[in-house]
Amino acid sequence: MKSLVQATIAILVVCALLFFVVDRLQSAGSAGSTDTITVYNWGEYIDPELLDKFTEETGIKVIYETFDSNEAMMTKVEQGGSAYDVAAPSEYMVAMMREKDLLLPIDHSKLPNLKNIDPYFLDLSFDPGNKYSVPYFWGTVGIVFNPGLVGDHLTFQSWEDLWDPSLQGKVFLVDGAREVMGMGLNSLGESLNAKDDELLDLATEKLTSLSPNIKAIIGDEITPLMINNEASVALTWSGQAADMMWENEELDFAVPEEGSNLWFDNFVIPKTAANIDGAHAFINFMLDAENSAQNNDYVGYSTPNAAAMELMDPEVIEDERFYPNEELREKLEVYENLGPEWLGKYNEHFLEFKMDIR
Amino acid sequence: MFNKASKGPLFPYIIWIALFVIAPIVLIVYYSMLDLNGNFTLANYRNFFSPVYLKMTLTSFWYAFLITLFTLLFAYPTAYLLTRTKHKHLWLMLIIIPSWINLLLKTYAFIGIFGLYGPINAFLEVFGLDPQQILFTDFSFIFVSVYIFIPFMIIPIFNSLDKMNPTLVYAARDLGASSFTTFRRVIFPLTIDGVKSGIQVTFIPALSLFMITRLIAGNQVITLGTAIEQQFLVSQNWGMGSTIAVFLIIIMVIIMLLTGQKKGGRIQ
Repeated sequence: MKSLVQATIAILVVCALLFFVVDRLQSAGSAGSTDTITVYNWGEYIDPELLDKFTEETGIKVIYETFDSNEAMMTKVEQGGSAYDVAAPSEYMVAMMREKDLLLPIDHSKLPNLKNIDPYFLDLSFDPGNKYSVPYFWGTVGIVFNPGLVGDHLTFQSWEDLWDPSLQGKVFLVDGAREVMGMGLNSLGESLNAKDDELLDLATEKLTSLSPNIKAIIGDEITPLMINNEASVALTWSGQAADMMWENEELDFAVPEEGSNLWFDNFVIPKTAANIDGAHAFINFMLDAENSAQNNDYVGYSTPNAAAMELMDPEVIEDERFYPNEELREKLEVYENLGPEWLGKYNEHFLEFKMDIR
Repeated sequence: MFNKASKGPLFPYIIWIALFVIAPIVLIVYYSMLDLNGNFTLANYRNFFSPVYLKMTLTSFWYAFLITLFTLLFAYPTAYLLTRTKHKHLWLMLIIIPSWINLLLKTYAFIGIFGLYGPINAFLEVFGLDPQQILFTDFSFIFVSVYIFIPFMIIPIFNSLDKMNPTLVYAARDLGASSFTTFRRVIFPLTIDGVKSGIQVTFIPALSLFMITRLIAGNQVITLGTAIEQQFLVSQNWGMGSTIAVFLIIIMVIIMLLTGQKKGGRIQ
């Protein structure tokens, strides 16, 4: 009995101590003081030098935290507790967060550099008038492949090339319901936002006929496999493909002509923000042409910043694989927020397809 | 037995069990009866009995069965040999230590080991064999899972073997039993409780494995655990996720009952 009480007290004391230390650490960092902001971004998605430069210019200290999925980010913002001042969700997540009332409106008068953004990327369906978001990077979904390891007749200008018998057991898919179901719908010539049970059934059937060619459905692990030539064909995002091509020059990337996904990651100011002025200053800083060009050089995704593009290596921005011209972009579609019911259906079909691979 | 003196110390445990065992189960059952809009429904349960989920339950069972079987086949002889060594507790320690390493780290290591240019294929090449695709196959999935579960199976079997009175084995041999008969009639029945607990700690987690199914099996094996993860994190359909969890709990209870230790077993 006595030792039990002692043990309980000991545990409680240790817990209280740990709690106190964590609390001190956190309040020393953020907690709404005017000279710090907390940025919540995807991993490897900013040039760290820019954060120092921002602090030098404005005196605002940046606490930088990363997430690896839109959903995880939203859950953390929804629960509160951490004072995130700037976050970078993808377009459908902006719509979802707006619906859930998790975003603060953006004051355009505090963002003079917004004029640098190509108007093509402003005022999109997920956030009309850019009331809550500012574009950060954009990209597509396509096929990264190793021309040396696949037949010469495969250029992946069409999704059908994935079904080629020579690719048996070679195709890697990214583990995302929207991406894979979207690919199935696109290969049928349909919209990747289709809300039609029959079309989803057809797309699942079409995908199931791809099973003999599928090697695996995985996430970021595709990157090292492609770099080491262990995989030869993969469905992935353009930015991830750019990373792979940076490391392995043999690789090539194509966005099939039937159409594909066009995505945008955007800066938003979540409800949890404690330093709203600081958040605006940060977004404006990142929109600056020079900073944006430097950041783009580091990150390697496609930038919506027209002024920055003028400062960048023409070879990069003329690469139509990553900067498709407007005609090509017309064929690309942005994911709409399908609502939970249809999102559920997409996931059910994706699960069904995964079950039928064998 | 339940006088005042013994109730007091029980109190923290009762709170613990209420907060961390009973309350979560009640919540899971509650959520499993909600649809996407938070209305009461039993549709999730109907959904579970659709071919997709039934097939998934069966495949989960099949792979969990294979994993448990191979784990047992490796763990039992290992545990037996361990009890025969001179420094058995040191050896047991050496086997257990790797299980302290984070599961994900070990899994990532296997991605490298099994790769087309990894050590195994380099070894095969010495014998003039072509590189084999080892990663993303049933073999790699079961191999890695067995590797991960072996220490958990060895510990209970080792303990029951260790507790066994060795004179019983000598007696059996004296009475003319062959070594196989001794094993079948004396050693194995005496250690069956260890085997049962080993099966519990292997089979139940194997049913709900999820990271390994993606990293090592490339999502070609879908277990109930993967489905729960998807429902919660991607679909945000907590109702369906909870429903799968409810069935997982039911299956676990059944397995616990089947492998449970009878009070005062047949052989003392």
